[in-house]
Amino acid sequence: MNIVVLVKQVPDSGSERKLDPADNTVARAGADNVINEMDEYAIEEALVVKEAHGGEVTILTVGPDSAADAIRKALSMGADRAVHVTDEAMHGSCAVQTSAVLAAALQQMDYDLILCGAESTDGQVSVMPALLAERLGIPQLSGARKLTIDDGVAKVERQTDGGFWALEAPLPAIVSTWDTINEPRYPSFKGIMAAKKKPVETKTLADLGIDPSTVGLASATSQVLDFSGRPPKGEGVKVADEGDGADKLVEYLASQKIV
Amino acid sequence: MLDYRLDEETEALRKTVREFSLDVIAPRIGEYYERDEFPTDIVRQMGELGLFGLPFPEEYGGAGGDYFHLCVALEELARVDSSVAITLEAGVSLGAMPIFRFGTEEQKREWLPRLCAGEALGAFGLTEPGGGSDAGATRTTARLEDGHWVINGSKAFITNSGTELTALVTVTAVTGTRPDGGKEISAILVPAGTPGLTVGQRYSKVGWNASDTRELSFSDVRVPEENLVGERGRGYAQFLSILDEGRVAISALAVGLAQGCVDESVKYAAQREAFGQPIGRNQAVQFMIADMEVRASTARLAYYRAAEKMLRGEPFKREAAIAKLYSSECAVDNARAATQVHGGYGFMNEFPVGRFYRDAKILEIGEGTSEVQRMLIARDLGVG
Repeated sequence: MNIVVLVKQVPDSGSERKLDPADNTVARAGADNVINEMDEYAIEEALVVKEAHGGEVTILTVGPDSAADAIRKALSMGADRAVHVTDEAMHGSCAVQTSAVLAAALQQMDYDLILCGAESTDGQVSVMPALLAERLGIPQLSGARKLTIDDGVAKVERQTDGGFWALEAPLPAIVSTWDTINEPRYPSFKGIMAAKKKPVETKTLADLGIDPSTVGLASATSQVLDFSGRPPKGEGVKVADEGDGADKLVEYLASQKIV
Repeated sequence: MLDYRLDEETEALRKTVREFSLDVIAPRIGEYYERDEFPTDIVRQMGELGLFGLPFPEEYGGAGGDYFHLCVALEELARVDSSVAITLEAGVSLGAMPIFRFGTEEQKREWLPRLCAGEALGAFGLTEPGGGSDAGATRTTARLEDGHWVINGSKAFITNSGTELTALVTVTAVTGTRPDGGKEISAILVPAGTPGLTVGQRYSKVGWNASDTRELSFSDVRVPEENLVGERGRGYAQFLSILDEGRVAISALAVGLAQGCVDESVKYAAQREAFGQPIGRNQAVQFMIADMEVRASTARLAYYRAAEKMLRGEPFKREAAIAKLYSSECAVDNARAATQVHGGYGFMNEFPVGRFYRDAKILEIGEGTSEVQRMLIARDLGVG
């Protein structure tokens, strides 16, 4: 089974993140860049599927040269090889444009299963699986908290607020994963050493037959017009307990849709 | 040429161990520590990460790294907790290393894969209740009888000797008299559970409370003659030859503790407010933290220097002693300063610095006291 995992490098959501005021894009230079958290679960799931069914796990990343760090970590976790699409012209691309690049790269690859995180912590557009399913003409099983592969069919439990949907689709298919699906492994030192020797193929837009003018900030389908910092934390709500404190707390939590 | 930057793989290892320490160890170790309990599941996960196999070749189940990789891992673990760090240090340096260095091919094949995987832990029984690491004072005896060693005696302060994972203890014992009349001391491998081997209760310790330290007693313990580790009569000499590298490892562990003190103090100084501002605005606090960082980073250079000479195969006895002495004293100083920065909360067990304070002192004692290190340095300089 050939499994492709879509991996994006993003600024660490645990540290301060910024937009570049020059063109309102995510400031990647100078940020602490890591593998998008949800993608680590997709990598782990790919390794689990490979361990059960055999095959090869390929990492596919679109991003600047520095994204090589994310690729290396994915390889040290146990993926077999990687394809890195990198081209200056892609800076500021929107999700629709990026999906065209990913689809072109995927069409040059053999895949039975495509895995990706259900969202990225930088853009949080969360439409990549749907866009790719459309472009590649394959089924999409999104937001999986469980995946089983059985006789050429992918079965997932699609996580929702109220429970889950049981879905299935014939392979090849694209499956996006939530962080409930598994516990990603840490790279072992053996894995770190082995990652050095694994093949990483670098491709440009020209290699994929994509006209550079169709991607990048200038022709993006969406534009960030303005942004501002997060407002400082408010005072919060004080509940005075006059014998009905518990009721008031429940009322507040319910009004915030927390319970 | 001078270059103390970590290479790409070592840096990736450091980051992985850092992430593991923050995600897996930090949230739970305090409870184990309070309960004086060995964190078997955390140690198992350290095994899965391959930490116990770091300096051993792949043919024995190791990771194919070197002793410096182990040191970097120890530093990152100890930055969060010393009990798990010393469990790894002892598991590798005292449990597996004697077998790797001096064992027969069969002993290596039998024991190393499980020890490298962290599925089994080895212990080393040198110290005895009657004396520290004074070889001449060894009272435990082993006599050959029908192709078996029969061991009698007792051992004290033995790390990793009574955990669920403990699979063996290598003990030093008097096996005869040398031609010069001195005691002939040999090392013998005793599998856990061998009849006659009694594992004592855990010691109640001031620090390192989540690590396993026990007294062992041997009463007519019989193991096959082939369980001799290395040469007969070389038991103590073999131990001495791995002592210097152990000092570098302990130094790395001390640097981790010293750095952990900086981490916690920086965090606390920013969040704790007094008289309307974070306490970090006070120069007295700033200076304490600056001095802590100076100690941690210079101590790190000291152990890097010792490790560098060790890996090059050059004599490094003096550098190992300098690193061990300096970093352990830095660890104690930083623990004291970090506790001071934390004020009353530094005296509470819920903050990591309280644990650091208790864990620091042993670093000036174990693996050769500070006085022993000073003696070694002076002797190496030709003084006295």
